Amino acid sequence: MARAVSRNQKIGWTIAAWIVALVIFFPILYAIITSLKTEQEAIAGFNLIPSFTFESYQAVQSQNDYFKPFMNSVILSVGSTILALIVAIPAAWAMAFSPTKRTKDILMWMLSTKMMPAVAVLVPIYLIFLRTGLMDTRIGLTILLMLINLPIVVWMLYTYFREIPGEILEAARMDGATLRDEIVHILTPMAVPGIASTLLLNVILAWNEAFWTIQLTTTNAAPLSAFIASFSSPQGLFWAKLSAASTMAIAPILILGWFSQKQLVRGLTFGAVK
Amino acid sequence: MGQITLEGVAKRFGEVEVIPPLDLTIEDGEFVVFVGPSGCGKSTLLRLIAGLEDVSDGRILIDGTDATDASPARRGLAMVFQSYALYPHMSVRKNIAFPMKMAGLPQDEQSRRIEAAAKALNLTDYLDRRPGQLSGGQRQRVAIGRAIVREPSAFLFDEPLSNLDAALRVGMRLEISELHNRLKTTMIYVTHDQVEAMTMADKIVVLQAGRIEQVGSPLDLYNRPRNAFVAGFIGSPRMNLFSGAVAAEYGAETVGVRPEHISVSAEGGKWKGRIGVSEHLGSDTFLYVEETGLAETITVRSDGEVSLRHGDTVWLTPNEDKIHRFDRNGDRIA
Repeated sequence: MARAVSRNQKIGWTIAAWIVALVIFFPILYAIITSLKTEQEAIAGFNLIPSFTFESYQAVQSQNDYFKPFMNSVILSVGSTILALIVAIPAAWAMAFSPTKRTKDILMWMLSTKMMPAVAVLVPIYLIFLRTGLMDTRIGLTILLMLINLPIVVWMLYTYFREIPGEILEAARMDGATLRDEIVHILTPMAVPGIASTLLLNVILAWNEAFWTIQLTTTNAAPLSAFIASFSSPQGLFWAKLSAASTMAIAPILILGWFSQKQLVRGLTFGAVK
Repeated sequence: MGQITLEGVAKRFGEVEVIPPLDLTIEDGEFVVFVGPSGCGKSTLLRLIAGLEDVSDGRILIDGTDATDASPARRGLAMVFQSYALYPHMSVRKNIAFPMKMAGLPQDEQSRRIEAAAKALNLTDYLDRRPGQLSGGQRQRVAIGRAIVREPSAFLFDEPLSNLDAALRVGMRLEISELHNRLKTTMIYVTHDQVEAMTMADKIVVLQAGRIEQVGSPLDLYNRPRNAFVAGFIGSPRMNLFSGAVAAEYGAETVGVRPEHISVSAEGGKWKGRIGVSEHLGSDTFLYVEETGLAETITVRSDGEVSLRHGDTVWLTPNEDKIHRFDRNGDRIA
């Protein structure tokens, strides 16, 4: 579609694109700006020029130990992702390479659980956590986050594995490869990009998960998402501290996302484009 | 050595019988082509021999030993797939080396065979490329190279040329035939293209609905088709088949005459008709004659210089010695 675009048109579109991008990014930008203000400045009203003070960051760190929820976030997101992959790789494998009449139905059923509002199962899960002593534990939340994201993980891996042609595996079998050789020399190298982008996306999903982490934790297992929420406390709102905490919560995942953009785009399009 | 014998081999998928029990012997060094329309079971039969599908009944013997339950790798056969099935993450060199690596061949022997195969297949300059950087014809040659280095007792080809364009197809057809002449290894080749079958095979196996309709040399099949199906399938353009009064005249239910066995004249002959379409190929002219009252169209192959055109009235005369007669069941009447 080669079309002559005039210079003015190009400038117009560029400005429009920048405006849209800024509007989308503005909440994050404003949180970063607010985090660099004093509390007085923060509640004083809309103002884009902060006084560049780091007192909120110091306050968040000294009063509310940032490191613990950060470590919880890392453990929960990485742990639940690894668990999910351990469960999902064989499942997706079986469905991709030896599908049955019901494979599509099972996949749809799994996805349908994601359509249910989470709050609908809050009471039963809350009670299960309470009775089994999983409340406010890392292990309980890791398992829960794994289960929540499992449908997405299975779907993504399934679409990746489906792209590996069956004839290649048959060729390997003809070439004398054992099942182990097939997995080591053929399947894994071909599946690694897909597994990597699934892993990245799931880490981000788990990192950002707020509903369950807020409901099922108090102090011990609370990750950063629950940590931010704790700043909207009964003693009143501390805008600058809340913003500082938010910035610190999203920074790691923002950096990870930035470096893995390519993999993520491929992951998010679910293998629809090659 | 590479003699392959099928004894009562059958394949069922659930209730559906794709291949009823059949017997077939493929001699050592033979070039055998399985040909038939799509869905006739030719690829399934090849996969049964390869061991990629389990037989439901019967035995497969390779050089006299029962290989029915042997894994694909243990059968000592090499296969070339329609999609080439190269390993996309490996270089050409590693692709070709893979079966030798699996067999645990020493490194210097591997290199020697890779060099030899690459030289024979014009791949020397491409050994360090990935399959994605090669053209269709080159990929096909890599797939063949990967098969050659194993020094198998037989090669299995599953429609290897159908993803190539017409010009390349003719070239690769020759290369595979030359390869066979050089290696003298048994080759089993599956295709739906009867031209490939006729040009390459020592022996053609015509299949329909999983049944073997006829086994024979290309000229056998061309000159003495055992039934009306084989008669219609082998030969290009297709044989003209007539039923009704013309057939009765020859004491048969159906008679067939090949396009090249009908002479055409503007003055007089046995059957009168009008030319619908005439295709001038230079070397030949194909005339599609209508309004004969015998069949919808009669195809006639004439020489390239014929000047007949659309709408001309012509007279057709079949060569009486070349008329094939078939009975009510479609079987040949001797």
